[in-house]
Amino acid sequence: MEIPVMVGAGLVVIGVGIGIGRIGGSAMDAIARQPEATNKIQTAMLIAAALIEGIGFAALFAVS
Amino acid sequence: MRLKNFAKALILTALTTPVFASSQDSDHSDSDHNEHTTSHQNDAVDTKEEIKSYIMHHLEDTYHFGIWDKAGISFPLPVILFDEGLHVFSSNKFADDHGHHEGIAESSGKYYKIDHAKIYRTEMKNGILPLDFSITKNVACMLIAFFLLLLFFFRSLGKSYAANGGISKGVGRFMEPIVLYVRDDIARPNIGEKKYKKYLPFLLTIFFFVWFLNIFGLTPLGVNVTGNIAVTFALALLVFLFTNFTGTKDYWMHLFNPLGNAMPWYGKAVLYIILIPIEILGIFIKPFSLMIRLYANMQAGHIVLMSLVGLIYIFGNMMGGSLSFLLAFAISLIEVLVALLQAYIFTMLAALYFGFAAEEHEHHDEAHAH
Repeated sequence: MEIPVMVGAGLVVIGVGIGIGRIGGSAMDAIARQPEATNKIQTAMLIAAALIEGIGFAALFAVS
Repeated sequence: MRLKNFAKALILTALTTPVFASSQDSDHSDSDHNEHTTSHQNDAVDTKEEIKSYIMHHLEDTYHFGIWDKAGISFPLPVILFDEGLHVFSSNKFADDHGHHEGIAESSGKYYKIDHAKIYRTEMKNGILPLDFSITKNVACMLIAFFLLLLFFFRSLGKSYAANGGISKGVGRFMEPIVLYVRDDIARPNIGEKKYKKYLPFLLTIFFFVWFLNIFGLTPLGVNVTGNIAVTFALALLVFLFTNFTGTKDYWMHLFNPLGNAMPWYGKAVLYIILIPIEILGIFIKPFSLMIRLYANMQAGHIVLMSLVGLIYIFGNMMGGSLSFLLAFAISLIEVLVALLQAYIFTMLAALYFGFAAEEHEHHDEAHAH
């Protein structure tokens, strides 16, 4: 496997990590403000995280 | 009640009793084992290669159900090929002198060989594959999951409803809240009150099927069903077909005319050159991402878990071994969560896509006004 491709996949994964981290952090903030909306926030968080995660896996899939 | 216990015992026996391969197999695996230990003493590089090949072997689908290949404990499974006529034979025919399934099998004048988990005719090894309908390890596991779900869990749930007048008992008490959760928190909010009943059976089936197979992957049976891209492809294909064949007029309108009457035609023509190809790509990307997500998550989980177990052999001492064990234990617990989470996300996103397909716009009055 060529090195640039792997570096590219690594960059994608870094981006995905930042993205999911921000989603998780924001969800925590939101839950702290409105604990009664925990369930709704968690659902939305999981969907968003799953969608972003899919991009990361697509990058890894392209490399492998 | 007694019958139920009997069924339980039967399933447990079927799951845990390995059928021992012929004694000749286990003899040879002994010599294999000796080779393995000598190579282990020689250098560490060989161990690494061995662990790598073991992990790769685990991730592949096989034609026999190997519980413990090194000790020769495995079920033979039927191989069904369609290659100028039907060929049905046991996968034991592939067993060679070393107890590996690398030998050549003969069936009515044709010779077959397994290469990288695929069956080839020996005379054209790199040519076309014969049509393969074999009951492989993954297929066997899917059948087990199917019968467990159908005959054990849901049958007992239905029976307890009938017997107790709508109150679940036993295994049903475990299943009922999950079914209700899928209905009330996945199907209803995403698809809408009007149409969710049409999609609910499919969502429930997908959820329990994926969940069970994910959990199966964590048992010592060593199966990797949902981490096989062909399996997730089939699941995603079902979602794709179901979404597009139940799509309403509004769904297709949204794809091919997303702006409606909000813009004059010359404006739309410029935008649609870009928009419509993206929307059409979106139809395929949605199930594609479903496929990749489940496959990659489960595959990655298996690789991480097996690598951590493999680290024990690389360290080869007390400290490293116990550290790897603790890590592997922690990852196993996380994997139990991931098994549920991935099933949930698959179902949730499928419901979301069904929701797009089933959408009916309420703000149609403005369209009628024009």
